[in-house]
Amino acid sequence: MSGKPKLHYFNGRGRMETIRWLLAAAGVEVCLCGSLLFQQVPMVEIDGMKMVQSRAIANYIAAKYNLCGKDLKERALIDMYVEGMADLNELIMSHTFQPAEKKEQHFATIVDRATNRYFPVFEKVLKDHGQDFLVGNQFSRADVQLLETILAAEECKPDILAKFPLLQSFKARTSNIPTIKKFLQPGSQRKPRLQEKDVKRVMEIFH
Amino acid sequence: MSGKPRLTYFNGRGRMEPVRWLLAAAGVEFEEKFLETREQYEKLMKDGELMFQQVPLVEIDGMKLVQTRAILSYIAGRYNLYGKDLKERALIDMYVEGITDLMQMILTFPFLPPEAKEKNLESIKEKATNRYFPVFEKALKQHGQDFLVGNKFSWADVQLIEAILAVEEKIPAVLSAFPQLQVI
Repeated sequence: MSGKPKLHYFNGRGRMETIRWLLAAAGVEVCLCGSLLFQQVPMVEIDGMKMVQSRAIANYIAAKYNLCGKDLKERALIDMYVEGMADLNELIMSHTFQPAEKKEQHFATIVDRATNRYFPVFEKVLKDHGQDFLVGNQFSRADVQLLETILAAEECKPDILAKFPLLQSFKARTSNIPTIKKFLQPGSQRKPRLQEKDVKRVMEIFH
Repeated sequence: MSGKPRLTYFNGRGRMEPVRWLLAAAGVEFEEKFLETREQYEKLMKDGELMFQQVPLVEIDGMKLVQTRAILSYIAGRYNLYGKDLKERALIDMYVEGITDLMQMILTFPFLPPEAKEKNLESIKEKATNRYFPVFEKALKQHGQDFLVGNKFSWADVQLIEAILAVEEKIPAVLSAFPQLQVI
């Protein structure tokens, strides 16, 4: 008997957000607990396991719901894309925690990395194969991650996709996938961006 | 025709070391190309070899893989070091990710200013003995098997032994409270 997966975390994006995206993309309903039981969060109770380590959790969900490609090589490609995007996501997420005097520089780094290092790769991938999805002509976690990252980047700089027409159409198309569309509606489990006023509270919990 | 995997990195441990360990554990011979100058690195980027302009780079089975975790996952899957099913893989992933967090502290250690090193060493010792090693000690004690997961040699065992040796280099007596890990 499995029941719905239970998510334990604080009420914000952090390291749980990608997991929320994956579960939503796979159409899996979750139960929210919000309590911090263990030394380590995120923690997800799923299929009789108490899982920690966000990557381990995300890997399990992606594999269980067939979002990992059809073979080892597709999975390798998906993993490369996902890890690259995770680096960018991490950079964006850390912006709120930057001291005031470093913020402007940090923002410039985010924009530079997004537009010169990461987005060109995915624009090219989509251009080269002309398909709707990043890998193997099939919806995968790479697509979910890319959409999550694009939206986070746009929150930083709304016109950040200006030079990337294929990413723009990818964004529109992927946002329309029913499970994703549902996740993007108000009232879903998607978390808003961390506000300055909440930084102190988060630091208190985790440091 | 594939030939041996080829690793491109500077001549040191850094982020490539776990890859070397895993290939060695799988019995796979590999070649290494060492980056010794800035020009070499820039040439790699210019030639479009590095997807995100970063190393490690591993050329294997016709692919140019970057991102350490992607590389390691591929090797583990390819050489049957990833458990027999999804749940075993989940356990291996959890163990590996935990160890990676610890290894990250060791990786950054040489780059710290001298005054920060002592404090960092304390932190490594504290995390190793209070957060990470107890988990593996307990796992081994509970199932009484030789390997961490599924009674079979896996990526988790390789990563653990690498971590133990790395920590011992800094803190020789770190395993004093962990008899099971000493046996490993």
